[in-house]
Amino acid sequence: MTLPSDSPALTGERRLSGLKARIFSPSALQKLLAFASLILLLVFFSFASPAFMQMDNILGILQATAVNGVLAIASTFVIITGGIDLSVGTLMTFTAVICGVFLTYWHLPMWLGVVAAIATGAICGTISGTLTAKMKIPPFIATLGMMLLLKGLSLVVSADKPIYFTDTENFYMISQDSLIGYLLPSLPIPNAVLILFVLAIASSVTLNRTALGRYTFALGSNEEAVRLSGVNVDRWKIAIYGLGGAICGVAGLLIASRLNSAQPALGQGYELEAIAAVVIGGTSLSGGSGTILGTIIGAFIMSVLTNGLRIMSVAQEWQIVVTGLIIILAVYADILRRRKR
Amino acid sequence: MTSLISVNKLSKSFPGVRALHDVHFELMAGEVHALMGENGAGKSTLMKILAGVYSRDSGDILLNGEPVHFSSPRDAQAVGVGIIHQELQLMSHLTVAQNIFIGREPRGRLGVFLDEDRLNAQARDILSRMHVKLDPRAMVGELTVASQQMVEIAKALSFDSRVLIMDEPTSALNDAEIAELFRIIRELKARGVGIVYISHKMDELKQIADRVTVLRDGEYVATVDATSTTVQAIIGMMVGRTLSDAAPAARAAAQGETALEVRNLNAGPLVRDVSFAVRQGEILGFAGLMGAGRTEVARAVFGADPVESGEIFVKGAKASIRHPRDAVAHGIGYLSEDRKRFGLATGMDVESNIVMSNLRHFLSCSFFLRRARMRRRANHFIKLLAIRTPSAAQEVRLLSGGNQQKIVIAKWLERNCDVLFFDEPTRGIDVGAKSEIYKLLRALADEGKAIVMISSELPEILRMSNRIVVMCEGRITGELDAAEATQERIMHLATQRPTLKAA
Repeated sequence: MTLPSDSPALTGERRLSGLKARIFSPSALQKLLAFASLILLLVFFSFASPAFMQMDNILGILQATAVNGVLAIASTFVIITGGIDLSVGTLMTFTAVICGVFLTYWHLPMWLGVVAAIATGAICGTISGTLTAKMKIPPFIATLGMMLLLKGLSLVVSADKPIYFTDTENFYMISQDSLIGYLLPSLPIPNAVLILFVLAIASSVTLNRTALGRYTFALGSNEEAVRLSGVNVDRWKIAIYGLGGAICGVAGLLIASRLNSAQPALGQGYELEAIAAVVIGGTSLSGGSGTILGTIIGAFIMSVLTNGLRIMSVAQEWQIVVTGLIIILAVYADILRRRKR
Repeated sequence: MTSLISVNKLSKSFPGVRALHDVHFELMAGEVHALMGENGAGKSTLMKILAGVYSRDSGDILLNGEPVHFSSPRDAQAVGVGIIHQELQLMSHLTVAQNIFIGREPRGRLGVFLDEDRLNAQARDILSRMHVKLDPRAMVGELTVASQQMVEIAKALSFDSRVLIMDEPTSALNDAEIAELFRIIRELKARGVGIVYISHKMDELKQIADRVTVLRDGEYVATVDATSTTVQAIIGMMVGRTLSDAAPAARAAAQGETALEVRNLNAGPLVRDVSFAVRQGEILGFAGLMGAGRTEVARAVFGADPVESGEIFVKGAKASIRHPRDAVAHGIGYLSEDRKRFGLATGMDVESNIVMSNLRHFLSCSFFLRRARMRRRANHFIKLLAIRTPSAAQEVRLLSGGNQQKIVIAKWLERNCDVLFFDEPTRGIDVGAKSEIYKLLRALADEGKAIVMISSELPEILRMSNRIVVMCEGRITGELDAAEATQERIMHLATQRPTLKAA
């Protein structure tokens, strides 16, 4: 029996050359599309309302994106593993409340409050991770439980009242002061935004250059294969949820500092906005692929949309309707593109 | 030669099932040792114990004469026992190199960051030692199944494996790819690696195996020399009875009416200008290499994929088929090669699966299920097709591959389909069940059904078909009568690339 000399087994792989592959890979395309939509929104709103491009408004958008952006980063890690974290919003609030307890109830130094918030986040994330990894509770249910549990705990700990950071004078500076403004007085970008970008870069590096990042993708791609490769899957999964929780602690600090108070009733609904930002940014809900850059763009699309519609005096009810439509459109665009391949 | 692995009196039970009982097995260095047995004989269980995936209940495993105990795949890998699972276990979103070294990524200077350059270099090293042309940076999800197989082998070798277990490595490969795999196996053998080879394909054993160990119902039957033992004898040991695998009955060219005719069908790159016809009472074989477009033709005719142009005639009348439901309405059925994904709801019971495609005939007031009627119908098919199941209420996932295939067949018979496309009907099915499926296909044809059988196994095509259509790269490159068809002629047509012919 004769066979062609170039065995079809190993030649003719569909593989695009490096740069081309990077630009036209599905997630990059989605990012490009998301980025183009963001630019389009900016252009549209600046024509629609002269108030939109004012410095104050821009700073408002940046400030508003910071909290959602940080939560979206936390969600990105978990969603790439193929899981979901519904507790990010109420966890954020819980960490803010714990910070308030440390600083206002116990009069401890500010740095301890910061550590407490992030540690609380990490511990709660670790618990969610343990529930899914060790006890095999589906992430949707485990984090739904955590969401309600933490919401209740926030109300219990704070006795249902806001905790004001009256004793810690500099607490507001975490979010509202501007380090960049000291260096470049014409560019008073609030620290919250600086923190968002620093965190985004650090997360992106973690995702792409470290073992934790590698396992994040690997778990979302084929968990059983990772297990059979001799990797301690449970431990890494717990670590990823724990990292997500710690990042929620950062979000808790940002929102507490922005409001100069811990508002125990706040938080529910933030997890859905975070998931929306992640999905608009091209991260697949089925796991295995996604980027931090996409998530940040997604978070900006959400906040630009909200801000722009408000400036155009669109009723808030309709703002919510439009946001819903945008999410459906973004995911449908992604599905259409995947189908074409 | 020294004994690499020696297994004595190994037993393993799962809840309600005795998977292995007092099993013996021995593997020498530089040996290809085939492990044979029908589905459920315990081959995979034995191999998974050797690879540290399962733990044993009792018995000894000696590695180089030393007793070993694996509690995880990592333990087995550490002492050089690697396994390539039947279902490839790869991460499609990661690159070739990232897959090979998952869990053992080289770190950079700080110990925090991964050293991607070294990772790629090490992967390139292993691949070149295997003489395989694969880019370490290629995404695994974009590779062919054969190349993914090579990634799995490279991964196993990266542990410096002295023992390599391959669980049905050729089930998704075409002949050229199998030849490539065998070349690599022979190289490993020459280096002293011991290979455990699990397969259902008898002809492969003759080519590659040195010795054969047969298991039946979880028990050790015998270990024999591969070259001097006849296929009949091995099959006999596997099934515990001698199987009449005699030459197929002489087939006259079927004289029935044309049941389905396809003219100039175009649908994507793998269906170009395809025309063929199949008559009632006929089995039309579709041969070709993997990726030749046979499945795509079936899917296009069935309305599962969009068609660019072409005409389809059912019993002489032009049919417009744009959705699978149109095809079903015209009496065309398609039995997917991937039963678990496309053919069955494996978590549901036998009865529900059988009546699923025709559920509206089992409703009262168009709403309520008529359970008794469903049960009667299911029992009818269980008897008709000799489906081996404790009852119609058994969950389908608990049945063997052959019996699952019969349930898919029952499902389409229930819809009264006159034209049936069988895509790899015996993939993953053991020898005994295979011959039952063959008999069933022949019986269906004799009843007047028109059958199109897509198969990558040439002996199967030759044995079953009245006529054979051969495809290559989306085109039909030839048609052969059963009488004139040989493996050589089919392979010649299957590798006849249109582009080369034009040159």
